Amino acid sequence: MDDKIIEIKNVSKSYSDKPVVKNISLSIRRGEFVTLLGPSGCGKTTTLRMIAGFEQPTSGTILFNGEDITLLPPHKRNINTVFQKYALFPHLNVFGNIAFGLKMKLVPDGEPVEKRGKTVQKMRHLTKAEIADKVNSALKMVDLEDYGHRSVNSLSGGQQQRVAIARALVNEPQVLLLDEPLGALDLKMRKDMQLELMQMHKQLGITFVYVTHDQEEALTMSDTIVVMREGEIQQIGTPNKVYDEPANAFVADFIGESNILSGTMVKDFCVEISGHKFECVDKGFKFNEPIDVIIRPEDIRIVPTDSDNCLVEADVLSCVFKGDHYQVTALTIGDERNEIVIHDNVEVNVGDRIGLYIKPFDFHIMHQARLINELEGEIWEENVVYFCDGKFPCVSSLPEGTKVRVKVDFDDVELTDDEEDGTIGASVISAIYKGSYWQYIVRTDTYYDFFVDNDYEWSIGDRVGIKIAPEKIILEEVKDEEV
Amino acid sequence: MKKFKFRFSRRAFAYPYMIFLLVFVVVPLVIILINAFLDDNGKLTFANFAEFFTDAGGGLTVLGNSLIIGLVTTVICLAIGYPCAYLLAKYHASSRVLVLLFILPMWVNFLIRTLSTKAIFMALDVKLGMGTVLFGMVYNYLPYMILPLHTTLVSIDHSYIEASEDLGADKISVFLKTVLPLSLSGILSGVTMTFIPAISTFAISEILSSSKIFLFGDAINMHFSKTTNSFGVGSVMSLVMLVLVVVSNVIVNLTSKDEEVKSAL
Repeated sequence: MDDKIIEIKNVSKSYSDKPVVKNISLSIRRGEFVTLLGPSGCGKTTTLRMIAGFEQPTSGTILFNGEDITLLPPHKRNINTVFQKYALFPHLNVFGNIAFGLKMKLVPDGEPVEKRGKTVQKMRHLTKAEIADKVNSALKMVDLEDYGHRSVNSLSGGQQQRVAIARALVNEPQVLLLDEPLGALDLKMRKDMQLELMQMHKQLGITFVYVTHDQEEALTMSDTIVVMREGEIQQIGTPNKVYDEPANAFVADFIGESNILSGTMVKDFCVEISGHKFECVDKGFKFNEPIDVIIRPEDIRIVPTDSDNCLVEADVLSCVFKGDHYQVTALTIGDERNEIVIHDNVEVNVGDRIGLYIKPFDFHIMHQARLINELEGEIWEENVVYFCDGKFPCVSSLPEGTKVRVKVDFDDVELTDDEEDGTIGASVISAIYKGSYWQYIVRTDTYYDFFVDNDYEWSIGDRVGIKIAPEKIILEEVKDEEV
Repeated sequence: MKKFKFRFSRRAFAYPYMIFLLVFVVVPLVIILINAFLDDNGKLTFANFAEFFTDAGGGLTVLGNSLIIGLVTTVICLAIGYPCAYLLAKYHASSRVLVLLFILPMWVNFLIRTLSTKAIFMALDVKLGMGTVLFGMVYNYLPYMILPLHTTLVSIDHSYIEASEDLGADKISVFLKTVLPLSLSGILSGVTMTFIPAISTFAISEILSSSKIFLFGDAINMHFSKTTNSFGVGSVMSLVMLVLVVVSNVIVNLTSKDEEVKSAL
């Protein structure tokens, strides 16, 4: 389709064998405002830099108007960038900065002429007057009419930001790339600039590709949000879709507040969470498949416990006034108790027993990313198995050197505060609260990601030790033919 | 009478250095200043200035020669030093050892270096003269050019280069319109750190030209030596040198006012 301006096809990027972007594919329509959203280190900036041409993909292709630009140097691309720290040239004044691109530009001079059978188009640089005209109208667009002679260092952060935008837009690019452009501004200024950028996007009609880690910014400004994590695209969709129908627990956790709980699909249209069964609108899951359930706090209504609408009862733990709503934290009753956050406009008292009602439509059900940790290992000696550069005690009578498949349940992986106490060390890269426990993803130094269910709290980036009880390690011998 | 009371404050730590400055910088300067106005018998006179500025003893000619040689040395150092510093900065990670190699000669006493250079030239049967003097000067002052240039080039934020590429500049334009202007402060301090020592140098020219080429530093040295014993003219020449140094520094500081890297002198 020719309305696609940029197509990224199976692009991967690694730095010295460390993958940063993993096989992503993405199409951007002409005139679209696309936001790449994700936590730091998710590969969003690298993706942007590959579109700009500062980085070349390790594999895959990037098409621009249907042409392969994967290896084209940045100065030959009709794409301009607004840099994170603006990168305004300190040796030039505001005018000089904005005129920089124009001075590089060659425009056709006169009609193409026939020369020895070839059509030759003479090119020329823009004249001083043309440059001045364009720069002045760019300055006008960003409301900095009288600032042309000013040194860039004498400008405030917001003004520098505007100059950076003017400097990029004055070249009339087909695509404008913005790398966390509002990151350095204060909150009020950010909100103003968000609106102004949206205004500019509407007026100019060019494609914007915007990188941010701020979910609110992404929801406010974009036509399409691309949620990324760990170099992979998690979900592509409109802000509404990404918010209302997050593709997985990570997206739900990252965008807006959510209650993320584990459950099982007992049958179509019925989900069981901690012993309670609820009606939902999802079907097509396997019988008794473990799933993640996401419920937005504002989708939960507080009702009297004796009401017909009461689906589950809960005890209020806290109630905080937030201006337009109360944020209530409650603990569901039952054998397995879950902590639930509710946004509602009724005030309740701590210790109250309340009823909760959730529309079937508001249970967002998704497959779990992984059901069990499964990896390859080798028997080191009797009752010791080697995987992830660690020797784990296990219960096995397999002979030394046997290749095995190692399986460990999420809640059988123990984490220790002190890395030395574990069999191997690892870093926490993701932490999601699931109502009654935390689900962590911890990455070993050999880049295996363990999923871990745990009651204690760690932060992302913490170093932990991993320990597994010998009897909890499930070993299966791998026959040579299988390898 | 008010009694001077010594109060121990942080300022006290500066006193040893203040005394050092006073004894070894201010006092000698004052002595030079006084000497410039005294004749051989210790009487007040302007004859020393007259002698120098009318070029009676060839002082002005020597100064002119020194300035020309200093200038040529600086230009050659810049021409060799900039590409070196640029490449060293570009391949930053692996270049630490290389930078060290360029700096290493500075660890050897310059007289020893110069004498060895002379010995090599003699062994190779090269005629000592202007060529060998310039070689010696460039060899001696090249590290002083490379070091500030390298420091400045390394500190240029890579995003400026990317911004420049992004705005349509090819490799040559990126260099001419972005890298070069951004390294101007480094060029200026490199030039000062080469030019000023180069015009005031002595011994290098003497040794590497078998005393045929005589520079300003050598002239001052000669005036203060026992045989000539004309302290007055020597002092005037020292003052002229001082004025040149001050003027160069003022120019550098004015041009790099907005830059972070000021003259290292």
